[in-house]
Amino acid sequence: MMSLGHRLLGFVAAAALITPVIEHASADDSVLKVVMHSDLKIVDPIWTTAYISRNYGYMVYDTLFAMDEELNVQPQMVESYEISDDSLKYTFTLRDGLTWHDGAPVTSEDAIASISRWGEKDSMGQLMMTFVDDMTAVDERTFELNLKEPYGLVLLSLAKPSSNVPFIMPKRVAETPSSEQISDYTGSGPFVFEQDEWAPGDKAVFSKFEGYVPRDEPPSWASGGKVAKVDRIEWVWIPDHQTAINALLNGEIDLMEAPPHDLIPVIEADESIVLNDTNPLGNQYMFRFNHLHPPFDNQTVRQAALAALNQEDFLKGVVGNPDYYKTCEAMFICDTPFATGAGAEHLVESDLELSKKLLEEAGYDGTPVTLMHSTDLQVLTNLAPVAKQLLERGGFTVDMQSMDWQTLVSRRAKKEAPAEGGWNAFMTSWVAGDVLNPISTAGLIASCDTAFFGWPCDEELESLRDQFARETDADKQREIAFKVQERALEIGTHGYMGQWYQPMAHRNNVSGIVHGPAPFFWNIEKGG
Amino acid sequence: MLAVIGKRLIATIPVMVMVAVVVFMMLRLTPGDPAAVIAGPNANSAQIEEIREQLDLNRPLWEQFAIWAGNLFRGDLGESFFFKAEVTDLIGQRIGPTLALATTTIILTVLLAVPMGIIAAYRRGTWVDRLVMGFSVLGFSVPVFVLGYLLIYIFAIQLGLVPVQGYAPLADGFWPFLQRLILPSLTLSVIYVAFIARITRASVMEILEEDYIRTARAKGQTERRILFFHALRNAAVPIVTAIGIGIGLLIGSVVVTESVFNIPGLGRLTVDAVLGRDYPTIQGVILVFSFAYVMINLLIDIAYTLFDPRIRY
Repeated sequence: MMSLGHRLLGFVAAAALITPVIEHASADDSVLKVVMHSDLKIVDPIWTTAYISRNYGYMVYDTLFAMDEELNVQPQMVESYEISDDSLKYTFTLRDGLTWHDGAPVTSEDAIASISRWGEKDSMGQLMMTFVDDMTAVDERTFELNLKEPYGLVLLSLAKPSSNVPFIMPKRVAETPSSEQISDYTGSGPFVFEQDEWAPGDKAVFSKFEGYVPRDEPPSWASGGKVAKVDRIEWVWIPDHQTAINALLNGEIDLMEAPPHDLIPVIEADESIVLNDTNPLGNQYMFRFNHLHPPFDNQTVRQAALAALNQEDFLKGVVGNPDYYKTCEAMFICDTPFATGAGAEHLVESDLELSKKLLEEAGYDGTPVTLMHSTDLQVLTNLAPVAKQLLERGGFTVDMQSMDWQTLVSRRAKKEAPAEGGWNAFMTSWVAGDVLNPISTAGLIASCDTAFFGWPCDEELESLRDQFARETDADKQREIAFKVQERALEIGTHGYMGQWYQPMAHRNNVSGIVHGPAPFFWNIEKGG
Repeated sequence: MLAVIGKRLIATIPVMVMVAVVVFMMLRLTPGDPAAVIAGPNANSAQIEEIREQLDLNRPLWEQFAIWAGNLFRGDLGESFFFKAEVTDLIGQRIGPTLALATTTIILTVLLAVPMGIIAAYRRGTWVDRLVMGFSVLGFSVPVFVLGYLLIYIFAIQLGLVPVQGYAPLADGFWPFLQRLILPSLTLSVIYVAFIARITRASVMEILEEDYIRTARAKGQTERRILFFHALRNAAVPIVTAIGIGIGLLIGSVVVTESVFNIPGLGRLTVDAVLGRDYPTIQGVILVFSFAYVMINLLIDIAYTLFDPRIRY
C-alpha cells in the first residue's frame, strides 16, 4: 500500500513540475476583458431601460447629440444645426462619412425613424414628441424637426445621457415596433457587436469598427472623438464579486465596472490595481412613497417620514467609506446647473421630534408602513433596515418585508393595498444622469395613474414641469427647477437620500478611461 | 434486459409530465414578474404591461400551459424571455461545461474515494483509517464555496498554477481545458470523495469478514488479489449505488461551483434564469436535469448486473 502512496506522490510531484506557468488570459494588449455590473441580456437599448443595455448601446450606436463633462449639449453625429427664430424649426445636418457597420451610409431617414421609436418609449422622448409636429428629410444628410409650439428641451432630450438614450439605428431596424425587441444589431458606433460570439450569461464580444469616423474634439463624457484604441472588447460575466476580484488580481480580466464597496480594501491593497471614479456625479438613493394607500396617502405623514430620515445614516449603512459618498440637499445632484437646497432643510439631518409632531397632527393611527427590502443587491441591501429604524424612531410602525430585487420590482408595480400584495415604500438608486432635471427624474412625475410607481398626483407640480419643458431661457429654466424641487419636497413625492460613488477597478496597464454617467470604452488603451 | 430498459424508458414519460406540470405551476406561484425585470428600473406600469402582453403573460394559466406543453410535445422548449434565443440553443451552449465539470469530478472522485475506502478498510483501526475517516468528516463539513475560495487563494492567486475562473472548451486545447477544471473538480469532488470513501470502507470491511476471504487467504492468494478481485468486486453494488447517488447530487452542487469558478454551465444558467424569472429557460433546464437524473438511475441499475451476476432483469 505504501508503494501505491509513493507512486501517487510521485505523480503529483511530476505533474507540478511539468505544469506550465499559466498564460494570463488578458495578456494581449489589443483585447480588453471587462466584468460589467450585470450580464448583457437584452440587446435593444430602447426596449428596456436596463443600464447594461444602455452601456451596450454606447458601444454599438452613436447619438445625434451628447452631453459633455460641463453638462453642455454638444453635437455628436450632427455636424451643424440651426434653430429658427421662432424656435419652431430645428434643422440638423449629419456629419459626412458616417456609415453603418454594414458599410451603408447613415441617412436622415435613419435618424428620423430612430427618434420616432425612442419617442414612443422614453419618458423624455414621449414628452418631446407631444410638441413635435413632424420630422422630414431634406436630403440624405439633412432633416428638419418641426414643433407645434416652442419646447425648451429638444437638444437636452436628444443628448439624454442615460436610459433610454436616443441611439440612432438604421431605418429598417428603427421601424421595429417599440413594443418588440430588435433582431438586427447593426449600429454606427465605434464598436461592432459580434453576434456570433455572444454567449448569453457568459460573454459579449465587441470588435473595433474600422469605418468609424471620430470627431476631432477630445472625448468629454459621451461627446467628442470616440476613438477605439483596442481591437476587441470582451464583456465577461462573472456574477460572483469575490471571483471577479480574484480574476482581476490575477490578471485574467482588465477592468471591473462595479466592485462592491466592502471589497474595495482588498483591491486597494494590491498595487497592480487602480480604483478610478469615472462617474463624478455618482448615484442618488431614493426613498419612494406610495401615495395611494395609508399612511402615505397623507401629505403630513410623508413630511413626517422625510423629517425622520437622514442621508448620512443610509450612506454609512451601505457605502461606509466617506470617500465614496456625500450628503447633498440638491434633488438634481450637487454641482449641476439645477442644484439647489430649496426646501430640503430636513433631508440631510433627522428631526425626530418634528416627525412625531407631524404624525400627531396627521392623526397617524399606527398603520404599519409596508417597507419592501431588497436583499440581493449589495448597493441596496442595507437601505431598508436603516429606513425602518429611522422611521420607528420617528414614531412610525414599520413592517419590513424582505425579498429579492426582482420580486421587489414586480411588486412595486402593484397598485393594490399592502394587505393585498401592494406596498407603502421602497428604496432604490438612480444613476445621476437620470435625475439631472425635472423631466428626466422619474420620481417627479405627478400625473397620478401614469406616474412612476408610487403614483403621486399633483397638478401644481405637473404644471411646473410643463413650464420647465416649454421654457427656452436657461436662467428661467433654473428658477422653475428650483420651484419644482420645493414643490416636490412639500408634497413628498420622494426623498433623495444622498449621493454615492462607484469606482471602477482596473489593472494599472489600462489607461485613457473617459469619465461619464455610463462606462465608455472608446479612448481606452492597454499596454505596459 | 432490453425489455426492462424499454419499460424504464416508457416509465420516464409520466415522470417528465409530472415534473413539467409541477415546475410550470411553481414558477407561476413564485413572486416576481419577468416583464418588470425586462422593462428595467425606469419603466412605468404601462411599459411593463406592454411587455406582459407581448410575452403572453396576461393569458389564463391553463392557456399558457397548453401553449408551452404543445410546443414541448414537438420538442420545442420555447424562447428565453430575455435573450431572444431558443432555450434548446441556450442549453446546448451550456451543457458542455457542465458535462465536462461533472465528468472530471466523477473521475476524480472514483480515483480518490475508492482506493481511500479500500485502504481504510484494509488498515482498519490504524492511523491510515483514522486519517481517511477524519478527511471524510472534514469533506462533509466544509461548504463548497469556502473550499473553492481557499483553493483559489492558494493555487491560483498565491502559487499561480491555475487560473482563478473561467472555462475553455476542448477545442482550445487539452491543457487550457484541463487547467480550468482542476480546481472546480477538486472542490466539487471533496464532498463526494468523503461520502463514497465511507461507503467503500464500510462495504469492503464487511466483505473482508466473510468466510470466502478467509478461504482465499488460506489458499495462499496475495493480499492485493484478495482485496481487488474478491473483496472489491463483492462490495461493488453499494459503492456503485453511492456513486450513482453522488452523480445525482452533483446536478445540484454544480450550481454553486459554477458560480464560484465562473463556469458558464447549466448551473449558472439556472441561477441567472431564476433571478430573472425567465420561465421558459427555468422550465427547460429543470426538464433536462430531471431527464438526466432518471437516466443516471437507469444506468446504475444496468451497472449492477456487471458487478453482481446474481442480479438479472
